[in-house]
Amino acid sequence: MNQDQSPWRYAVNIGLIGALTVVMLSLIGMVESFSKRDIIYRVVTMGNTLLLLTAIFLSYLAAKKAGREHAATAVGSAILTAVITAAGVALLVAIGKTINLRMVFINASPVLYQILTFYIGPKGIPLVLLGGLLSGLAAGLLFLAPPSIRKTIITALSAVVIAGVLQDMLRPVIALWGPLAKINLFLFAANGLSIKGAIGLFVVVAILVYVWGQKGSAVKTKVQGLPAGQQRNLKLASMLVLAFILLVLPKILGLFLSEVLTIVGLYVLLGLGLNIVVGFAGLLDLGYVAFFAVGSYVVAILTSPELGFFSMNFWTALPFVIAAGILSGVLLGVPVLKMRGDYLAIATLGFGEIIRILVLSDWLRPWIGGAQGIGQIPNISIAGYTFTTPQQVYYFILAGCLLVGFISWRLRDSRLGRAWMAVREDEDVAQAMGINLVATKLMAFATGAGFSALSGAIFATKIGSVYPHSFNVIVSINIICLIIVGGMGSIPGVIVGAFALVGLPELLREFAEFRLLVYGAALVAMMLLKPEGLWPDVKRRRELHIDEDENVAEAEEATVSA
Amino acid sequence: MFQRIRERISPTDVVMWLIGGGLLFLVVWGSIATLIKGTYTARHWIDFIIFGLAQGSVYALIATGYTMVYGVLRMINFAHGEVFMSGPYTAYFVAAWFYRTGWLDTNPISCLAAIFLVSMSVSVTIAFFLERIAYRPLRGAPRLIPLITAIGASFFLQYLFRGLYGSSFQAYPDIAMLEGHWVIWGIRILKFQAVVIVAAIVLMFALYSFVMKSRIGKAIRSVSEDKEASALMGIDVDKMISMTFVVGGAAAGAAGVLYAIMFKQVHFFMGFIPGIKAFTAAVLGGIGNIPGAMLGGIFLGLVESVGPSLFLDGLGIVAPYQLKDAIAFTMLVMVLIFRPTGILGERLAVKKA
Repeated sequence: MNQDQSPWRYAVNIGLIGALTVVMLSLIGMVESFSKRDIIYRVVTMGNTLLLLTAIFLSYLAAKKAGREHAATAVGSAILTAVITAAGVALLVAIGKTINLRMVFINASPVLYQILTFYIGPKGIPLVLLGGLLSGLAAGLLFLAPPSIRKTIITALSAVVIAGVLQDMLRPVIALWGPLAKINLFLFAANGLSIKGAIGLFVVVAILVYVWGQKGSAVKTKVQGLPAGQQRNLKLASMLVLAFILLVLPKILGLFLSEVLTIVGLYVLLGLGLNIVVGFAGLLDLGYVAFFAVGSYVVAILTSPELGFFSMNFWTALPFVIAAGILSGVLLGVPVLKMRGDYLAIATLGFGEIIRILVLSDWLRPWIGGAQGIGQIPNISIAGYTFTTPQQVYYFILAGCLLVGFISWRLRDSRLGRAWMAVREDEDVAQAMGINLVATKLMAFATGAGFSALSGAIFATKIGSVYPHSFNVIVSINIICLIIVGGMGSIPGVIVGAFALVGLPELLREFAEFRLLVYGAALVAMMLLKPEGLWPDVKRRRELHIDEDENVAEAEEATVSA
Repeated sequence: MFQRIRERISPTDVVMWLIGGGLLFLVVWGSIATLIKGTYTARHWIDFIIFGLAQGSVYALIATGYTMVYGVLRMINFAHGEVFMSGPYTAYFVAAWFYRTGWLDTNPISCLAAIFLVSMSVSVTIAFFLERIAYRPLRGAPRLIPLITAIGASFFLQYLFRGLYGSSFQAYPDIAMLEGHWVIWGIRILKFQAVVIVAAIVLMFALYSFVMKSRIGKAIRSVSEDKEASALMGIDVDKMISMTFVVGGAAAGAAGVLYAIMFKQVHFFMGFIPGIKAFTAAVLGGIGNIPGAMLGGIFLGLVESVGPSLFLDGLGIVAPYQLKDAIAFTMLVMVLIFRPTGILGERLAVKKA
């Protein structure tokens, strides 16, 4: 955007984007489908929240453009933006009432118009505009509020929204807490939070955040002031607590959430593997799912009695799986050694598709089952104990994640890890520094492929069967997304990304049709606004913001000299 | 002497040449075996070739969009397949309306013109806003970032259109004028395939002369040569980049209608595979090179149509047609390995590619 644009002009532009966004959200059916779930029972639905958040977010941006010094302009442009956004909704309703949009847009149903006009028909249009005005005002005031209060309000509101969105998961979990289970009665109504529950939650979170904002830094400095030995003890203690929580998690969460956890765990495994290839070595691999498929199929061929070739148990098959993964990593790595960036991405995408097409074809059907896949893969068992339910498989996946996480953490700072990062930054310079490009890149492909094959093997035994359709290119894209959203090259980032991009959509299964839409939007927004990810690697953040730091430094110098 | 050769050739090169040679051997052997077996008559081969030409000319039109964007921005516009999808999918509703009112049968030419117009304008709009919203703020960002943005935009657009128009396949109405076949010099050719080929050639010619002759075309070429120098010459670089997307979008929208005429259906996911194929075509011809992209597209279309029967049938592979995409992707990988500059390739510095 133009730097010296007037704030009003900017507000109009961004308001038009907002209007387009809300119309789009309505027409693709997101609003209607989200309206089925109440955040606060009979007061606010998820659909309303979606529209409100769009308006508030954009008008906040408009206010930010005007700047804190011009309070009136800030509030004014925020209101302008929000009203234009609301006008988009009003226009949609007005058009939709006169022409039947449903011929083209399948989601433009009468129910949608009812929702958009607060269930009172065309008379609701002024109310919509009023709503826009109020949300603009709220955004403007929020912007002008001191940072500590703003942070408190935003966090507390988010807590309420999250509690409302995830009510179906929270309720059964809280119900397991024995005497504390009464919280449910206070917090929730039939569908959504109760009014008193929402207010209560808001107040409690607000107080907590505010107090932490006031005292938090003091606690931090105190911890940092402790002698080294005590600090280490504290770290150890918190690790133990974390380990304990991880161990009892499936017991607390119940069957459904444990299933979600196992899926997230599998993606963490995959993500950690790809993180080595993409995050550490900077080789954008869009065909990563191929190795996942190799792992799954090797385990299926070796263990499943359906094909009757080998019928091994999981543990005897595992070394073969890992070896096959590493071998395929090297095999696919060799041809693409000389490619960089975009070409590498497309070539690996091609490889991934070739593998999927081959697996799907009738030609290889006698050996790998074709479109029907392979079934009857036995569960994993150790010394007579079989992992069958998600709550049991969870431990196995957790062990895998810990192992792989540990390996990649150790690799990152090893000689090899540093070589990877050098290659990521600049291949030519890395080579000039004496790094063997061939070996380094192949090691990255092989390690990543090995991890991927391992998770493929676990996936196959968990599901009990393999189908070619589980190895779509979408899986590769998913993993890339979670790495990028979490922060490229960052190990905790992978975990955060997996929870955000895999866990959350699993929890919101009823809205699954919007999953990839939101993915795509999140990916674009992430690249535009926060390319370093949610939990970035320290070095990488510095790299991506190097210009800004320089600008800040320059600006400071300029002010000093002035 | 021997020492020198040894230093030049690394083990990985040897492996790659072995893979390439092996594939080439398989292709030749398979072709000879197929021809000796004689399952297919000359009629079959001619049909394959005509179908391949029609399909290839659609790829060629899409590929020009990839190649032009790569020329000016040095990025793969991964979402170009969705630009291609958006046009015909929207135009479907116009076509269906024409069909219901019966105009499609009474004056098919003007109806087709209207369908083309709608499709092209939708694709152009999508391409324009794609560049404005998603790519423009990323000028000068590290290379992976625009690519990832493009992947995100691609998924966003797919599922946006799925949300708007629904997830079912929509059947394009039949156009009576394009049913049946003509016989030219003793060769039987389906009417719609002939129309697709001719229309694509006309469009490609128009596009090529636009890029070569018009002021805007010259400015676009100048920007893809050197952005700074073009800016110094008084060319508005940002505007020319937008124009590149607009021209590419128009070609994709037109290609979309041709695709819909050929395959008679539209779907929100229809852009993905043709998109990758068209990218393959662009690479095949030498990315950044417009005639190359056209040639590459037609070549790819031919190989895809003739290849499964010619190469694979003789090797005794069951249902070879299922593997046509695998052939296309193998060709992509092979081209990227052995001749990354493509058939008519512009010499790209290694650093740029």
